[in-house]
Amino acid sequence: MSAYPQIRSFGDTGFSVEFGEGIDRGINAMVMALHAALTDTRPAGLVETIPSFRALLVQYDPLATSRADLESHVRGLLDGLKPQQHAGRLWRLPVCYAEEFAPDLAEVAERCKVTPQKVIEIHTGGRYFVYMLGFMPGLAYMGGLDAVLHLPRRSSPRTKVPQGSVAIAESMTTIYPWESPGGWHLLGRTPLKLFDAAREEPILLGAGDEVTYVAVSADDYAAMLHQVEDGSFDYAALRVKA
Amino acid sequence: MSARFLDVVAPGLMTSVQDLGRLGAQALGMPVAGATDAIALRLANAVVGNPENTGALEIGYLGPTLVAAADGVRVVLGGKAKLTLQPADGSEARPAKPWRSLLLKRGDKLTIGAVDEGGVAYLAVAGGFAIPAFMSSLSTYMRSGLGGFEGRALKAGDSLPLNTIAAEGDERELADEIDYGSGPIRVVLGPQEDRFTQKGIETFLSATYSITKEADRMGIRLEGETVEHTRGADIASEGVVTGSIQVPGNGKPIILMADRQTTGGYTKIATVISADLARVGRMKPGDTLSFTAVEVAAAEAARREQEKMVRRLIEGIRTAPPDVTLDLNALYTQNLISGAVDAPSGHWR
Repeated sequence: MSAYPQIRSFGDTGFSVEFGEGIDRGINAMVMALHAALTDTRPAGLVETIPSFRALLVQYDPLATSRADLESHVRGLLDGLKPQQHAGRLWRLPVCYAEEFAPDLAEVAERCKVTPQKVIEIHTGGRYFVYMLGFMPGLAYMGGLDAVLHLPRRSSPRTKVPQGSVAIAESMTTIYPWESPGGWHLLGRTPLKLFDAAREEPILLGAGDEVTYVAVSADDYAAMLHQVEDGSFDYAALRVKA
Repeated sequence: MSARFLDVVAPGLMTSVQDLGRLGAQALGMPVAGATDAIALRLANAVVGNPENTGALEIGYLGPTLVAAADGVRVVLGGKAKLTLQPADGSEARPAKPWRSLLLKRGDKLTIGAVDEGGVAYLAVAGGFAIPAFMSSLSTYMRSGLGGFEGRALKAGDSLPLNTIAAEGDERELADEIDYGSGPIRVVLGPQEDRFTQKGIETFLSATYSITKEADRMGIRLEGETVEHTRGADIASEGVVTGSIQVPGNGKPIILMADRQTTGGYTKIATVISADLARVGRMKPGDTLSFTAVEVAAAEAARREQEKMVRRLIEGIRTAPPDVTLDLNALYTQNLISGAVDAPSGHWR
């Protein structure tokens, strides 16, 4: 009998439901299915849920429900739960791979034994899946990086990574929504704001979304950046219709 | 009516606008933030007649000096600190009491000193601050510059806009002390208790830890005996809660607090129960603590008991008896005028 799903305690305000080991689309599809089922059923006392690679954290108000009641509701939902498929949005996000934005491109190429041009081809050739957000508001952990480009994180993280930096580490790619410290390898930069407090929906990507990258020139980058900064950029145009 | 402000003359050490936190967007990586001592925030709001979740000033360690830029600004300090009121009319500065509301006139200056008995206190203003909510909360998340007043701690020269309400009625006060509890901090073991050796769990539950200087709104790093893992400290990143106790590779526990990230990739040995979070939030560098394990049902019961205490305190909020300091001053002044005081020394007969 499978050890999963497995329920773990987070004190008297939460519990997690783990669906398996490792980073895997099938396991994550169950996480997202339970996330959706709880969002739909909104049981009394549920505060919110946080999906991650292989687990869903269920946060609750112990004055409005109890672990026993909410766990029983969740077990009811788990019974017959089907993996969540293709519920997210598909995005085409512009990335400029020009040298000034890509401090690690040459090193990544060397360590992966391909040309820098090939790194860009591989990176733009992928279709990435947003497993989860975390670390900072709007930072998406996107899986599906071609194995040729898998590298451990940098041994000494940078103290300052510019906002919009597009990066890779291990099997993941990400975009830094904020200037922040970071240990991933920087391959380029997007003019977009993954987080913009002035936007109706400040955070662009959500768990379950899919992302492809499109290489743009430094001129196009500058033109788009201008639109992003004056608020006229049309983010909806980045979405690919199914 | 004209705009009303509370002006910041000196900001204190770490003063920010906080309410009960920004819930609902943790799935997008948005931290909750909010008050580290939710009990004090709720009660301070209750004293000045605000809804419990109204944003107030959270004061860390040393309070600000504030000047009312309007008449009829009613405030209360929720917490223990020395309060000095310098009236605008030039009369002598006088002490004021915490947990008792105070009606400021235009130009009155309120100086809040060092916070004692816990590192945090709240200044609530009747009607609250006229600051737009960000993602339905007034809580400041300083790391990303979001929410609250310009997303940051207060600075000298800030003018905090206030909502306009009629400040009528008597002053009110909290009748009893808050019981934050005592003894070891209660935790529920897990979620990754299976990633620690039996010895590691025993160490965690028997050692005395001290709070290091690396203690802020995001988390509290503890110093003390190291907690032994079975196989490394890394896990696939997953959601965390306020009160989650991470143990990274060095074996030193870290308690995650209000400004914690939404997810983390270190093993978590236990979670502080919600009834003990305010107590932990009030601790300061150098304070010591130990942990004891309870079951989830006991943790829930403890929280219900604590909530009863909070409700009792709210129901017990009463009209404040006359401020003795103020009355003595008034009497003294009157007596000077009437000449009933020994004039040369100014002492009572």
